[in-house]
Amino acid sequence: MNSQLLTKPQLIMQNLQQNKVSADTKKIEIENLSLSYGNKNAFTNVNMSIYANSINAIIGPSGCGKTSFIRCLNRLTDIIPQCNVTGSIKFNGLDILHKKTDVISLRRDIGMIFQKPNPFPMSIRKNLEYPIREHGIRDKKKIKSLIQTSLEDVGLWHEVKDRLDTSALSLSGGQQQRLCIARALALSPKVILMDEPCSSLDPISSGVVEDLIYKIKSRLTVIIITHDLAQAKRIASYASFFWVKDDCGTLVESGTAQKIFNIPGNRLTMNYINGVR
Amino acid sequence: MSHLKQKNCFGDYMVTAIIWFTVIGICMAFFWFMSDILIQGSSSLSVDFFIENPRNSGRAGGIFSIIVSTSLILLVCLLTVIPLALGTAIFLAEFASLNLLFTRFVRQSLDILAGIPSIIFGLFGSVFFCNILGLGFSILSGGLTLSCMVLPILIRSIEEGFRSLDNDYRLNATALGFSKTSMVFRFLLPMATPGIIVGLILGIGRAIAETAALIFTSGYVDRTPSSLLDSGRSLSIHIFDLSMNIPGGNANAYASALVLILFILLINLAVSFFSKRWLQRNIL
Repeated sequence: MNSQLLTKPQLIMQNLQQNKVSADTKKIEIENLSLSYGNKNAFTNVNMSIYANSINAIIGPSGCGKTSFIRCLNRLTDIIPQCNVTGSIKFNGLDILHKKTDVISLRRDIGMIFQKPNPFPMSIRKNLEYPIREHGIRDKKKIKSLIQTSLEDVGLWHEVKDRLDTSALSLSGGQQQRLCIARALALSPKVILMDEPCSSLDPISSGVVEDLIYKIKSRLTVIIITHDLAQAKRIASYASFFWVKDDCGTLVESGTAQKIFNIPGNRLTMNYINGVR
Repeated sequence: MSHLKQKNCFGDYMVTAIIWFTVIGICMAFFWFMSDILIQGSSSLSVDFFIENPRNSGRAGGIFSIIVSTSLILLVCLLTVIPLALGTAIFLAEFASLNLLFTRFVRQSLDILAGIPSIIFGLFGSVFFCNILGLGFSILSGGLTLSCMVLPILIRSIEEGFRSLDNDYRLNATALGFSKTSMVFRFLLPMATPGIIVGLILGIGRAIAETAALIFTSGYVDRTPSSLLDSGRSLSIHIFDLSMNIPGGNANAYASALVLILFILLINLAVSFFSKRWLQRNIL
């Protein structure tokens, strides 16, 4: 259809539909994923889809395997002793769990933010520069501009531009977490995994980080674990609810955030969301 | 309530008193022998003492050749021990699986080796380096024997340095797509430096103070060595010889002891100075 022939409202409608289509594109498909540490199952048989350019929230009580689950997505499970993962995870058609998958470039495409802000005990500049260099960018000018843009992305540039060479540990907790996000963004990932990124921050810093997460979703796919249900409601487009059954995590349900928070299909979800014990 | 409080206070006072007592006791003992060495040693200490060779079996003259031999032995020891210890420690801490039988065996062996008396290392060195490898009584044999002796201590303390690092750094570096090798050398090694320094200082201290192991390997000769295959006398052997075998050697033994202590002090200061510089360059 030629767009010139369309009226303005029609154009808007088309735009909306296109947005919707692109927002519904599946980025990661997870099938029958199970993980065990030695003989102990952390979670079993998870089937889930992660949608592109949206915020996918993962909620559930502690110990239900949420952290273990997202660590499968960037193969961080590789460095955990006795950790055994089965099933399949397809990321843009690539089998993440396949033995021959290049984990280094996988982790460049799928970044991760941890619960505790953990910059390396080095200068702010080196915290950003080392990962960039590690991924093959040697041009000093390019590194410099990448450092600036990624710090600007997280709104940290004006706060730290005069002290890039001071220790990253001198920053406040919220600033450190934003630095960690900048560090991940500098590698221009396609997906970013966040493991309770706001839980160790004060409410104001937490709000700043939350706005930041909302801002970056237009560029990439966000998977976020959170215990803050209000936060999940505010920012997530999709949500998945994990639960512990017989000491082993399972995915109870997964769907649009609207559905999960308003008309959950499972009693467990409803109780969890409403705080019923 | 107040009664309870008072009782607790009394206990605290007792413990504090005991702790102070032990601390003062140790300081006094240390102060006593340091001042003894300082007073007795400084009288025969002069510039000539550093630049002259020993005469009359060490009763007269200086300790130039002894300092040269000691430095060379230490140099051989450090040059061989640091790369070996770093490699093994990094392997044990970062690459080997914790529960593997082999790593458990290696770690256990190192702990036993660290506790073996130095004379046994001396005998081993004299058999292995001097005879089997044919190095004879030489600075090379002595240095290599010392490095065998220092190796277990150094490996274990470097490994501890790596192990004490927060695991979050490993997770972060891995999640950022660092390969294991660059993670170890870019982040973990600089952060583990304090552990390495402690190990080095302990190791150097043990090496430089060593007498028994060196008598069998680097020998007794008090001439200035012209190569690493020459025999050479270390400071500690010199002190031992002067005070035990040479009548009238006491004054120079004291002076040598003072030099040895200054030497250790100097090395410790140098190690921590350079490591701090290195840390600043690599971390900040």
